[in-house]
Amino acid sequence: MVCNDFYAEGALTVSLLTLKNVGYQVGQQQILRDISLNIDAGEWVTFAGPSGGGKSTLARIIASLLSRTSGELTFDGQPIDSYDPIAYRRRVSYSFQQPTLFGETVRDNLAFPYQIRQLPFDSQRAITALEYVGLAGADLDKAVIDLSGGQRQRVALLRNVMIYPEVLILDEVTAGLDAENKAFVWSLIDHFNQDDGITILTITHDQSEITAAKRLVTIVDGQIVPGGAS
Amino acid sequence: MNLAVNNQSLVLALGLVMIALAIGWKEKLGIDRDMIIGVVRAVIQLFVVGYLLKYVFRIANIWLTAILILIIIFNAGYNAKQRSGGIPQALPISVGAILISTGVTLGVLMLAGAIKFIPSQMIPISGMIASNSMVAIGLCYRNLNAQFKQERQAVLEKLALGADLKHASRDIVRASIKTGMQPTIDSAKTVGIVSLPGMMSGLIFAGVDPVRAIKYQIMVTFMLMSATSIGSVLACYWAYRGFYNERKQLQVPSN
Repeated sequence: MVCNDFYAEGALTVSLLTLKNVGYQVGQQQILRDISLNIDAGEWVTFAGPSGGGKSTLARIIASLLSRTSGELTFDGQPIDSYDPIAYRRRVSYSFQQPTLFGETVRDNLAFPYQIRQLPFDSQRAITALEYVGLAGADLDKAVIDLSGGQRQRVALLRNVMIYPEVLILDEVTAGLDAENKAFVWSLIDHFNQDDGITILTITHDQSEITAAKRLVTIVDGQIVPGGAS
Repeated sequence: MNLAVNNQSLVLALGLVMIALAIGWKEKLGIDRDMIIGVVRAVIQLFVVGYLLKYVFRIANIWLTAILILIIIFNAGYNAKQRSGGIPQALPISVGAILISTGVTLGVLMLAGAIKFIPSQMIPISGMIASNSMVAIGLCYRNLNAQFKQERQAVLEKLALGADLKHASRDIVRASIKTGMQPTIDSAKTVGIVSLPGMMSGLIFAGVDPVRAIKYQIMVTFMLMSATSIGSVLACYWAYRGFYNERKQLQVPSN
């Protein structure tokens, strides 16, 4: 098989995520149509476009929180439907705009990824991570209601990366943050991408983030704008 | 026997309904029709059940008793399902949960020698257990529906982090079980000091020594605790999966 030889020798690389004519329809309403895109491992892709254009829907389809109604979506060379959704979401993690923190303390949140995998909580890693994002190690037992907006966003982001995913989807995670927190979160995402090799998909309305995008995909009315994908 | 309710006193007691109707009419509550239907239905249903029980108690047949218990359980399950707000498979879940909660509770009571498999004991006790289980399951369903809507984003975030359905739903399921059991726990806490509940009042009313009556009430308290806890746990753990599709994505049922 020539084709298999090509894969084996690495002459032909397979994109980490491949979307081919992906569409999403609710009743008569077409939310997404003909989205075709290849995303390679280690890339940082920024999705931009007006509100209601279908960016979050697309992100949720990629995160397996919604199922596309047409087209094909493959991850690591296999159709997304061939993966167990739970196992898939541990590899492709999605972070919400204005995240909800669980339980009562920061620990409840950072321990959650361990609990669901039935692994012992690595509190030392959690303390190191908290310090890295500008919080104190003692904040591990801080009540979540006592956190500021910026601190909540940092804890939520850490929750997504306590156990590294391969893909991290960030849905307007800097929206509503002040300039200082925004810059900090952005540098954190850059660290995940550059130093940890996590593939990043960000959704943003922020002009400075759009300008700084390494690869920009613009979605308007459920379609990729011609020339809007670089 | 101190009871002196005859047909004439029942007709006079109908005056109490008139008071309720007058209040409903004066306050423009719009429930006059419901009240009249409720009263007529209650009178007809109770007369039918009175004569039916008289017949069943007289012939004392095991199979007929068992069939009547199953009918009670099915009806309770059907009524609980009506409160499910579109949760998939609510009828088999409700009937199954009430069947098991009633079966286990009756089984333990029989093994303990508290009751015997005779219609005059089994049918009323089954009715009490099944109806309490039914109310508890109805409350569980209402809470599941409300919480899955309210906590939609938290559930989605847990799923997005790779939680399985049990982990993603755990807090909601726990809160719903608690909601289902709460009325029974509250009434157990206040029994005797706020209310003299049905069975105890009935026995005292019929002239039984209050000290003997409380023993029956203690048994009822225990059995209702068991019935509502088993019914709530089973119904919640069977029902929460209905809030997800086959791709383990959240879908809130439509009513």
